[in-house]
Amino acid sequence: MTSSTFSSTPVFDWRDRANKVGFVLRRNPLVLIGVVITIIWVLATLFAYQIAPFDPSVQNINDRLQAPSQTHPWGTDELGRDIFSRVLHGGRITIVAGIAVIVFGSLLGSLIGSISGFLGGNWDELMMRFTELFLAFPTIILAMAITAALGPDLRNAVLALVIVWWPSYARLMRGLVISAKTNQYVDAVESLGATRPYILFRTIVPNCLSPMLVLTTLDIGNAILTFAGLSFLGLGAEPTTAEWGRMVAVGIDFFDQWWMWLFPGLAIATLVMALNFIGDGLRDIFDPRTRK
Amino acid sequence: MPLHLYIVRRFLFAIPLIIGITLVAFIIANAVPSDPVSANLPEKSQNDPEIVAAFRREWGLDKSLPEQYVTYLGNVLQGNLGRSIKTKRPVIDDIRQFLPATFELATTSIITGLVLGVGMGIISAVWRGKLVDYVTRTVALLGVSFPVFVLALLGLSILHAQLGLAAGPGRLDVRITKPAAVTGLYIIDSVIAGRADILANALSHLILPSLVLGVYTSGLISRITRSSMLEVLGAEYVRTARSKGLSERVVIMRHAFSNALIPVVTVIGLSFGNLLSGAVLTETIFSWPGIGRYAFQASTSQDFPAIMGISMLIAIIYVGVNFVVDILYFFLDPRIRLA
Repeated sequence: MTSSTFSSTPVFDWRDRANKVGFVLRRNPLVLIGVVITIIWVLATLFAYQIAPFDPSVQNINDRLQAPSQTHPWGTDELGRDIFSRVLHGGRITIVAGIAVIVFGSLLGSLIGSISGFLGGNWDELMMRFTELFLAFPTIILAMAITAALGPDLRNAVLALVIVWWPSYARLMRGLVISAKTNQYVDAVESLGATRPYILFRTIVPNCLSPMLVLTTLDIGNAILTFAGLSFLGLGAEPTTAEWGRMVAVGIDFFDQWWMWLFPGLAIATLVMALNFIGDGLRDIFDPRTRK
Repeated sequence: MPLHLYIVRRFLFAIPLIIGITLVAFIIANAVPSDPVSANLPEKSQNDPEIVAAFRREWGLDKSLPEQYVTYLGNVLQGNLGRSIKTKRPVIDDIRQFLPATFELATTSIITGLVLGVGMGIISAVWRGKLVDYVTRTVALLGVSFPVFVLALLGLSILHAQLGLAAGPGRLDVRITKPAAVTGLYIIDSVIAGRADILANALSHLILPSLVLGVYTSGLISRITRSSMLEVLGAEYVRTARSKGLSERVVIMRHAFSNALIPVVTVIGLSFGNLLSGAVLTETIFSWPGIGRYAFQASTSQDFPAIMGISMLIAIIYVGVNFVVDILYFFLDPRIRLA
């Protein structure tokens, strides 16, 4: 049986969505600002090696703790390293970690949620009660306990956040699957003799992806904030690593040298704010109640 | 459903949830490849098998996992949460010591967040699409986008170090003696003791952390207030209220806002629960001796009795806050009472 057999399955209408995106961008300038700031940060960190004026890890004790100047626009740290260069390189870790948490968390959550919603009955009850146990914990405390227990490093911090992050996606995907499986096209595919995994993963799940995409986009900012928070507590990147949360934490010991904590802090804030601007716009597109 | 039956049902539902939370905390505490022995004994003692065995025996680590869990649950039912490996004190005593500081901070923070958030949300919804709407939405988004540790540092740098408008870290200045502990809340204890100087000092220490947490919380409250108000402002009964010639203030506050309260109360409840579970980052920066800092110390030293105790406390806080929120629904929406 080939996938073309079931070509009657409704598909996501990207042209309609693109029109709505254009409409929202025209009506909501904050979304446009968000998109521009996000693109700037992504490009700046992507081309950090080309843009950064200094090597982020090279120490120059003679230049330590220098205030912002023409040579070092965002000053230098306690080891004479250029803060601007470190912020550009640090974004590579923070942004990738945030995206990794969302990608793996949503994959795991979607898998559990879709199976739970599709199977229904006692399996659904069992899987959802298990999910709720994780949801009842405050994110940072659970992530902190897992990271501290696994050993504080970047990989474990991401792993801990994935463990914390999947339940909300599982809940959403379950709801979407329960709603989608009552559609007639699912009955049609079933009557053509499709297997249960085929029905779930090739027919139902693709039709649940659009709200999932919205939630994941809304969540990237949160994931970046939480990851930076863990790093700030010393449970993510090592002290020497150029990572935004860790750089702020190191900067506290040099509180009067404000440039050491302010610039990496502003980097996190501007990126998360831009992502939230985009998230708000996406919500306007997909939630008819908030449209005028 | 009558209120008393509802309360009994909620109470019964809470028991398996709390047991489940302790189970998750127990699984996490034991599933990870870490050893409390290496985290809590000095390196020299770790090489002595007798000391290690005594340590394992003392903390029940020599028993099988199900045995450990059943023993723990049995102790919990008797009000014994175990003894912290780090502080060497009963966990219940530690919680009793740290919780008032968190409660005091959470209460002042939620009040700050409530005043700012509800105000901004209503203004933003009423003047939708106007400049003031964009400004308040941007401020609300800034609140939820700024990492609390950066907001805290900005506050300390500007309001404390530069302008001297607020006190720095800690609950009191070093030179000030703590008031006699009655409730553990310095504001109330200083009033009971009749010490205006301690009250003023405690309040000045609360300004910055409350503002930092309040700004973050106000961002969440403002966004939900706005969207809830927008739904209600388009309702027919609001149009009817206007057509009756009622003043705009009465239409917005009595007819619209009172009907938009349910999602707002839900978010306020969740935020208060979050704050009560310990604002780890804020408490760390402000050297605030609360549950968040205790949780951080317990996590980094793999102090599992303390982690389990905190987990249970947090579960109880969430169940309690959600319970209060649900009871409030009964009073806010007559349809829920009659359902």
